Amino acid sequence: MRQGQAWRLLIIFAVLVASLIYITPTVNPDLPSWWEKILPKKKVNLGLDLKGGIHMILEADVKKSLEAHMDGVAEELRRELKSEKIRFKTISKKAYNSIEVGLEDEKDRIKFTDLLHKRFPDLSASPQGDPNLLLVRLSPQAEDHIKGMALDQALETIRNRIDQFGVAEPEIRRQEEGRILVQLPGVQDVERAKEIIGKTALLEFKLVDEEHSLEEALKGNVPPGSQILYHVSKDPKTGQVTKIPYLLKKKALLTGAHIIDAKVQINQQYNEPYVTLTFDSVGARLFERITEENVHKRLAIILDGNVYSAPVIQEKISGGRAQITGRFTMDEAKDLAIVLRAGALPAPVNIVEERTVGPSLGKDTIEAGIKATLFASLAVGLFMLLYYKLSGLIADLMLVFDLILIMAGLAFFGATLTLPGIAGIALTIGMAVDGNVLIYERIREEIRNGKTTMAAIDSGFGRATITILDANITTLIVALVLFQFGSGPVRGFAVTLSLGIIASVFTAVFVARVIFNLLYGNLKLKKLSI
Amino acid sequence: MEFIKPSINIDFVGKIKVFLAISSALILGTIVLLLAKGGINYGIDFTGGLMIQIKTDSGTSVKDIQQIIQLTSLKEATVQDFGDKGQKEFLIRAGAQDITVSKIEEELRSTFKEKTGRDIEIRRVEMVGPKIGEKLAREGLLAVFFSILFMAIYISGRFEQRWIASAIMAGALGAAVYLAYNLGVSIKFMIIIAAILSILLSFFLRFNFSLGAIIALIHDVTITLGAFILTNREMNLPVLAAFLTIIGYSVNDTIIIYDRIRENMRSGAKNDLSQVINKSINQTLSRTVLTSGTTLLALVVLYLLGGGIINDFCFALIIGIIVGTYSSIYIASPILIFLTKSKVVKM
Repeated sequence: MRQGQAWRLLIIFAVLVASLIYITPTVNPDLPSWWEKILPKKKVNLGLDLKGGIHMILEADVKKSLEAHMDGVAEELRRELKSEKIRFKTISKKAYNSIEVGLEDEKDRIKFTDLLHKRFPDLSASPQGDPNLLLVRLSPQAEDHIKGMALDQALETIRNRIDQFGVAEPEIRRQEEGRILVQLPGVQDVERAKEIIGKTALLEFKLVDEEHSLEEALKGNVPPGSQILYHVSKDPKTGQVTKIPYLLKKKALLTGAHIIDAKVQINQQYNEPYVTLTFDSVGARLFERITEENVHKRLAIILDGNVYSAPVIQEKISGGRAQITGRFTMDEAKDLAIVLRAGALPAPVNIVEERTVGPSLGKDTIEAGIKATLFASLAVGLFMLLYYKLSGLIADLMLVFDLILIMAGLAFFGATLTLPGIAGIALTIGMAVDGNVLIYERIREEIRNGKTTMAAIDSGFGRATITILDANITTLIVALVLFQFGSGPVRGFAVTLSLGIIASVFTAVFVARVIFNLLYGNLKLKKLSI
Repeated sequence: MEFIKPSINIDFVGKIKVFLAISSALILGTIVLLLAKGGINYGIDFTGGLMIQIKTDSGTSVKDIQQIIQLTSLKEATVQDFGDKGQKEFLIRAGAQDITVSKIEEELRSTFKEKTGRDIEIRRVEMVGPKIGEKLAREGLLAVFFSILFMAIYISGRFEQRWIASAIMAGALGAAVYLAYNLGVSIKFMIIIAAILSILLSFFLRFNFSLGAIIALIHDVTITLGAFILTNREMNLPVLAAFLTIIGYSVNDTIIIYDRIRENMRSGAKNDLSQVINKSINQTLSRTVLTSGTTLLALVVLYLLGGGIINDFCFALIIGIIVGTYSSIYIASPILIFLTKSKVVKM
């Protein structure tokens, strides 16, 4: 036996067994329990393009949450200035992140800046031409902190909603520049999923402004402190949309932040679903006080600016429960309950990228991909067999080994197989035999030059090895660049291409040589079939 | 079995002028095409926009879909037949929209139902916002740029075995790129700068092999791009990946022949360079043709059976590999002659 041959065989055997173990969970999903205890159970994930599903990139409108924060700050400043007896002319919002404060005179200004220093370390004030007219802004750190918090909260809320909606293996991640990546593989009802994720779900309770005339307001004379919102509803049967205007007080008395539970129930009389809310203790107390103070007034329930209903408060409501009615379908009511339970998004989100693949297309695609890979393998394999006979058969075995290694590699790294990834495998099949071809052509050449079988094999492998390494490194470089800069499906291509290259170099240079040595060295076959 | 006889001895170097003329014409053709068509036809991955793939019952034509789209709020959309014959699938493409994708889908469904009484299946939707499009384009261009950069550095180092000179090359390229980047040069120009600089540096450092490989690489990518524009195909992310693969493949193919040239230069007496090159190309011809053949075989199967989505991807690779194989044989190696002043090997 040639030196080290036994060791080499052992290495090959070990690699083959390890690869087969890694492939097993993917090929056979029903694993015995002892397997799951000691052996890997990672599977090759299918990409969204193969499985169907949604890929979305959301961008939270963090300006809106800054704006809301600054509204609160303005309110607080007003209170503080009053209690500290600092005289001011105006406190008004200037931009989404700044407030203009106009003070009476220099003394007030000094008191005001002192107050800012002591109580509002996050705020800074700078004069605006007039020394007593100050522009109050958040420090950049505080601004970033609020943006970060808003994003974290958005992420958490979306994760909650998706969990409650029930999606297997969702991927929800923060990305650079305040974007959120959401991937939901295998989702069937794309529309509903999108609706649930994208809804801001800001629930507000506001009083109906009954002192002023709605007609006047509709003409454009909206009284200060009030606003017009609409009740927009769609008849579930005819699809007809109706819009009813309401004149409401701007101030929200209670918001969805105090909700701890939301459930769907059915109205026995009309057989219509509605949603019941349960408030936390603070919310319950607030709700009790609101209803107590406003008996016989109308309280509007508003979700994302749409008035759901505005019932008259009959009596004080204790117990912290409320209902939202509004001609829902069962799914709509369920989804509303989900978003209310999971809480509101701190800021509206916009979908900036969306890729959805229907499940039927995913199935077609994977079938086409597997068929193409199979036929490509057969075509290349048959060619090698015809062209190089026994050596061609060895090359074909290496091809099968390559495919096993690629799949095992995908499972090992927990990588995702995408359509371009399948294309990468098919491409590698074509390129994988390159190593074998290089070696075989070299061996043929050496035989023509009169070398003996073993000598030809030795020098064929020896000389071609450097060339094979060299040539494959360039493709590997490109694959790695693609991996670094590519996203989604393209990354899948980079992964299979890299794995394919590494596998084919290993099999062509190392494994094939051991087999040749076995056949022509150990078994002493005389005539080289190549 | 043998396709190419071992005794083969084609004079590739002697016909270099003919093939240089052909290649120049093809490259010129690509440039003319680029100018005539106003650049590359970028898909929504890079420009932002909306693409919807729908499936209908038989008996629907592109015209029908176009008429239905006129009734929705989708404006300036184009409709294209898609997929295999017999399956009624269409691609609707449009620019960025003001309304949400869900609204558009709903409108399409209801309008189609209203007009024809039948349902459509929305199989795939891709919406890319303008900002994301910019980001993807930037990443794509960076990938092209780094591929060329790394390739130039690798080839020069690996081939010439003059690592100090290679270090100079890498340093100069890196410095120039860093400077360009800080001057706010767009990535498109950075790619062009990197390509031209690699050529110039290789020339002045007398990296003849690198120069040949880089010229072949640019040659392959340009001509494939030409074929792509000629057939009105769209540049999207997977196609860009295909182009990068072509860069890798082109160099791979060239390296095999160059390796043989080096080997023959070392072992043989100091022959006439054109003889060495001819001999090397002929010796590796069988391998070159076989490998390209098997790769093409796999790709053609994928092109025919892989479905519409990766059609363009396969097309780019097929053309790229044909051109890459041609250039390794007819351009990359013979061009070495032009690049060495003396005809006696001294590299």
